[in-house]
Amino acid sequence: MNFSATHLWMIPALPLLAAAIGSLTPRGGRKLAAGAAIAAMIGAFVLSCGALVTALAHPAVHGYANFAWFTLGNEVVRVGWLLDPLTAFMAVMVTFVGALIFIFSLGYMKEDRNFTRFFCFLSLFAAAMLGLLVANSLLLLFVCWELVGLASYLLIGFWFHKPAAAAAAKKAFLTTRIGDLGLLLGLLWLYHVRGTLLCYDGGAGVLEQGSLTALAGTTVAGGFALSTAIGLLIFCGAIGKSGQFPLHVWLPDAMEGPTPVSALIHAATMVAAGVFLVARVYPLMLADQALANVPVHALTVVAGIGAITALLGAAIAVAQNDIKRVLAFSTVSQLGYMMLALGVGSWVAAIFHLLMHAFFKALLFLGAGSVIHAAHHEQDVRRLGGLGRRMKATFATFAVGTMALAGVPFLFSGFWSKEAVLHAAHAWPVSSLPLLVGLAAVVLTAFYMTRLITGIFLGAPRTDAAGEAHENSAVMTGPLLILAACAIGLGFLGTPAWPWLQSNLGGVVVPSESIWEAPGLMLLSIGLVVVGLGTGWAVYGRRRNVNASSVDPLAQAAPGLFAVLAARLGFDEFYVATFGRANTWVAALADGFDRHVWGGLVSLLARFGEFSGLLNREADEDILNRGFDRASAAVRGAGQTYSRAQAGEAHGYLRTVALAFVVFALVLLLGGVR
Amino acid sequence: MSPLQGCLLLSAALFSVGLVIALARSNAILVLLGIELMLNAANLNFIAFWRFHGGTAPATGVIFVLFAIAVAAAEAAVGLALVIALYRHQKNLRLQEATRLRG
Repeated sequence: MNFSATHLWMIPALPLLAAAIGSLTPRGGRKLAAGAAIAAMIGAFVLSCGALVTALAHPAVHGYANFAWFTLGNEVVRVGWLLDPLTAFMAVMVTFVGALIFIFSLGYMKEDRNFTRFFCFLSLFAAAMLGLLVANSLLLLFVCWELVGLASYLLIGFWFHKPAAAAAAKKAFLTTRIGDLGLLLGLLWLYHVRGTLLCYDGGAGVLEQGSLTALAGTTVAGGFALSTAIGLLIFCGAIGKSGQFPLHVWLPDAMEGPTPVSALIHAATMVAAGVFLVARVYPLMLADQALANVPVHALTVVAGIGAITALLGAAIAVAQNDIKRVLAFSTVSQLGYMMLALGVGSWVAAIFHLLMHAFFKALLFLGAGSVIHAAHHEQDVRRLGGLGRRMKATFATFAVGTMALAGVPFLFSGFWSKEAVLHAAHAWPVSSLPLLVGLAAVVLTAFYMTRLITGIFLGAPRTDAAGEAHENSAVMTGPLLILAACAIGLGFLGTPAWPWLQSNLGGVVVPSESIWEAPGLMLLSIGLVVVGLGTGWAVYGRRRNVNASSVDPLAQAAPGLFAVLAARLGFDEFYVATFGRANTWVAALADGFDRHVWGGLVSLLARFGEFSGLLNREADEDILNRGFDRASAAVRGAGQTYSRAQAGEAHGYLRTVALAFVVFALVLLLGGVR
Repeated sequence: MSPLQGCLLLSAALFSVGLVIALARSNAILVLLGIELMLNAANLNFIAFWRFHGGTAPATGVIFVLFAIAVAAAEAAVGLALVIALYRHQKNLRLQEATRLRG
């Protein structure tokens, strides 16, 4: 297929069209809305594959097509489409996973009254996400970024009649907004300095050499290079959207949305947008690397945030009881891994992990959705159990996802991408802390996934809902099987023996450390996975006679630590106590100011108005009204007098005519006119 | 006495007769009749001035009169329709009683 950057707009346009159709479809048109959404996704997938073929023909070339969007005074704002392997791989992933999740939703949302609205929102999300991927302009990217946030808000709050869902939607929107503010400031600054937001524009784009040299060569307050400052501001957006510490608090709450939404948006695609953004502006983040006398390099901050997030997410996931919350914190942790890989200089490893993670995390979430659907919306691990015997397909695919996420060696995709990240961290000359954090998170990941899978599928059913669960229809298990196949097979696109993905993604084979150069590290991480799985099995796998109210073994061993982790390290409470309270104070202050200062001023004005109204009334009633009354009386009298001339008597009129005739005749006879 | 003066005197007499009829009679039909007489007096003046006062265009006076007759005919039609409506309403034709515009 001959596909170029000029045609890229069609990829987001298809789901947008489906969203338009969905928005116009009445509630009864379920087949139309869902059919349009799924057909659009499949169409977009085919187009994305075409784009991938084109991009892989010249992996190192950034194909772009720019055009003028609008003119404001003398400023011509130009946007465009960008086609490179990064865009193409991401688009293929989003459309493929998206199409499967759309199909899964057919089964999951079957009983929902607002089925058509759901598919309309899903399509809107897909359109915005794909628009974000193909944008060659940071402005267009920002527009789609916000649209993605809107779609996320709408879908988290899809069951808005639940107060928790409405609150979670609001929280997600506001928390990501804090990051977006940084992103917006970064973009404004960049536009102010460079006069354009196009990424690639024949040498004039912000990510091209001329711009980067200028940005790295300028120093701003605090000794930072300008590129560092702008890069960190842009990274703020990524922190918010990708659930990085300290703005990770919204992501677990976002699980109040329907499970397919969690799979698509809050595991596979949207939260990866932050990683994608950093990878997109990677030349900008790299620009300060050569400078020696700056306080901090942009990528060092990225690596630090990523490392903290990876460990934090994995630790909190150990103590959660809600299936989706365990997976949510796991997502936070894995996103931290990706940021860590970006920070230590291997964006290729980050994107590799992003793509693999998208498949197996979507698989895990859809598996969780299958369990939740079968168990009548029971999400608490303590109240499930024993589902493995009755839900064999879900159990098998969930197990594949678990092993991919835990990084079980050789067969599973997650192993290869995780190894790529760890080896990139090992090769980082600045600090070995990210590597240690990454290794610690490996143990924790294997441990909490073992806890989760044994809790759901093994043992005896602990409630009636779990006891009555049965396998779902093929429309739900089909996507699970396809994703499980991907979770196994796709890893082989990026093994060190055949690094096809890596070499195509970057255009050149990345000069990070090859896995063969540090075989000890690989053995160590395999050993850690085994330790994690083994400990998990020892603690949870052989428990007998447990019921829904049994205390978790970890809670028995270390109640304090477990409680702290279960409370998510108190971040929410901390934010409520600090920012929330500060906000309340500011609001109270503003309220007082409003009430007393502005309010006083306003009531003073009102008094003045009242007084002048009084004056006005006096003038009106005593002066104007009386005058008018008199004039009216005079007019009425005159009217009565003259009305006698028009009494309706024909003879009266005729007499007037005769009188006029006589007068005219006299005037003529006496020569008055002549 | 020139022919023009004779015509004007005749026309004046005709007008006076019409005026007296219109003013003195109370029957609506007779009042209309008087008005027609006055109109015809005016028409006679047109013809007389055209004939004896050396009009250069051959047909001006006649055309004028023809228009006046056409308008008078239309007016008579409207007037007679009013007369009939008046009769239906008050069962006589006395103009003194036809003073109300409604009812």
